Amino acid sequence: MDAIEVDHLTKKFGELVAVNDVSFHVERGEIFGLLGPNGAGKTTLIRMLTTLTPPTSGTARIEGHDIRADQDGVRRILGVIPQAFTSDPELTAKENLEIHAKLYGVPAETRDELIDSLLESVELLKFRDALVRTFSGGMRRRLEITRGLVHSPKIMFLDEPTTGLDPASRTHVWEMIRSLRERSGITILLTTHYMDEADKLCDRIAIVDYGRLAALDTPTRLKDSVPGAEVVEAEFEGEPPDWMEQLGGLSFVSGATRHEEAVHLNSHDGPATVAALMDLARARKVTVKKVTVQSTTLDDVFLHYTGRALRDQLQKGTRELVRFSR
Amino acid sequence: MNLQRVFALIERDMRKFFRSPALMLSSLIFPLVQLVVLGYAFGGKIKGARVALVDEDHSVVSRKIREMFNGIEAGPQTFRIMEYTSLPQAVDDLRVGFVRGVVDIPPDFSRRFYHNDRPRLLFTEDNSDQFVSSSLLERVQEMTDTINAPAVTSRLERQVDLNVVEIYPYVEYIKYLLAGSTSMGIFITAMIGGGITYIDDKSRGLHEGYLLTPIRKTELVAGLIGAGTLKAFMSGMVLCIVGGLIAGIPRIWDPVRLVYLCVVVLAASVAMISLMFLVMVRVDDPLVPRAIFGVLNMLLFFPSGAVYPTEAFPGWLRWISVIDPFTYTVHALRNLTVKSTGIGGIYMDVLVLCGFSVLMVGGCIALFKRHL
Repeated sequence: MDAIEVDHLTKKFGELVAVNDVSFHVERGEIFGLLGPNGAGKTTLIRMLTTLTPPTSGTARIEGHDIRADQDGVRRILGVIPQAFTSDPELTAKENLEIHAKLYGVPAETRDELIDSLLESVELLKFRDALVRTFSGGMRRRLEITRGLVHSPKIMFLDEPTTGLDPASRTHVWEMIRSLRERSGITILLTTHYMDEADKLCDRIAIVDYGRLAALDTPTRLKDSVPGAEVVEAEFEGEPPDWMEQLGGLSFVSGATRHEEAVHLNSHDGPATVAALMDLARARKVTVKKVTVQSTTLDDVFLHYTGRALRDQLQKGTRELVRFSR
Repeated sequence: MNLQRVFALIERDMRKFFRSPALMLSSLIFPLVQLVVLGYAFGGKIKGARVALVDEDHSVVSRKIREMFNGIEAGPQTFRIMEYTSLPQAVDDLRVGFVRGVVDIPPDFSRRFYHNDRPRLLFTEDNSDQFVSSSLLERVQEMTDTINAPAVTSRLERQVDLNVVEIYPYVEYIKYLLAGSTSMGIFITAMIGGGITYIDDKSRGLHEGYLLTPIRKTELVAGLIGAGTLKAFMSGMVLCIVGGLIAGIPRIWDPVRLVYLCVVVLAASVAMISLMFLVMVRVDDPLVPRAIFGVLNMLLFFPSGAVYPTEAFPGWLRWISVIDPFTYTVHALRNLTVKSTGIGGIYMDVLVLCGFSVLMVGGCIALFKRHL
């Protein structure tokens, strides 16, 4: 049995279809990422899976518990870290964990020890009795993750766990997520709009756009599935007049363009193109000053499957947010 | 129902409450200020009101009347006499508010007095202010009765005497108002500690954290109402005791009365917090509770008889007072603080408050959304 089975899940808000007939499954012990821009439907999907929002149609099973028919069963086995901070700033770190432990029915005799060990694992033990409102964003996110673990869940949902954090805190959270899976074999489903986060953390990634799944596979396979997405960038000295035509005819090259001093060659196989390029330069007595191969990124993958760049979507989302807030 | 979850929510709210002295003070200060300011402002007797006296008769009898006025000026000090020679001038001054009443002794007063021809005094009052005019009229009427008293009493008395027996010592207005101010304190704590805090927590996303746990709807409602009740109860009891000491309620520490006060304040706290929760249960915007605070306060406090007897209300306002939990809280608290009644004076109010709470809590559970 899979940890998560999503079966034709749809959510409509009036005319707006936030999640449109989405189906996928997540294996036990997997780190599964939902990658997409703001407003793609990731949070709505997570809210349906965590019983916070009822689906319009379709269903899902979490460790065999149906999100429509057995909501209590679902809630008992989930640890959820919502996008917004939900720990109480007027309580201490320990009090926040204690109250959640009580809500999950963690026995009193093991509670204190468990809370201390969880706080120690995220290096917050010395801040145990400090009010959460005095915490930095990174500390608070670590506390939130700890709170989601207080009842030893089988599955963790993390909704954009590193949004708004500085680079050091992001790395810290990534390490936490990795070590969590290694230590306890827990299944993790996370949403993100950071490509590097999805690339480094996830075993499989589902690309979400306009409420639909555009693609789903491992990061490597997704990148491999994009044709001609590697770019060989090179600079030369002593180029003959027909040099650009000759470069365009190299093996695996689908196009050659000049960007000031540099030449960009779009290639289906970067290393093979570099080898052919070096042979050609030697034969035509052209000096190669610099050569680099840029691999396919998830942004290229997103562009390939959705027809738009993820960065553009994020910027558009930000602009819309600014306009809305005005 | 899992009580551990209910108590966890209560514990969370109480910890936050005790860490927020501003919240505690704001729910206590306003009712106490109201008690002291309104209690003393409305409770005093009229003193030093300027009254114009126009003596157009200049006789022995009119001099006697003037002496009686001077006696009141020196004694109860209800008014201060301003001698006028012109009646039109005195009336003009009455119209512009320089004096609050005009007493005119007409030129033929002594002649009609000695001829037993119904001599008349003319009292012109500024009836735009009912409090002052009724006090002045009462004094002038007392003087007239004294003048009318026969010099020799009849051996066969036919007049009916009315003997008034007051069963309580004189009740100052501040004592009368104490029940209303305490109810107001319970309401403010229910509003701030229950309604506003709940909506603020909701808008800050804190409730999302609880909705993700296996807690049931009834447990959430019970925990939130339980926490609000505890806060309102503490405020109510502090106000009862501190306000009682300020107002001079005798034997405020009487243990039996304290037990009864606890019962009434607890029943009122549950009723008001559950009412507040029912009003807020579907609200998401943190501005809403702040916006409706004044309206709710006006709708609940004034029709309750806290500042003025409900018997003086028009029909529609009486209906509001019938369904208003403040009415029963004020009645029961006033019975305990002013009349020192026992259980007989409060049990009906407590029963009504309990019934009201059951309805409100039922409504809360029915309307509470377990989803976002």
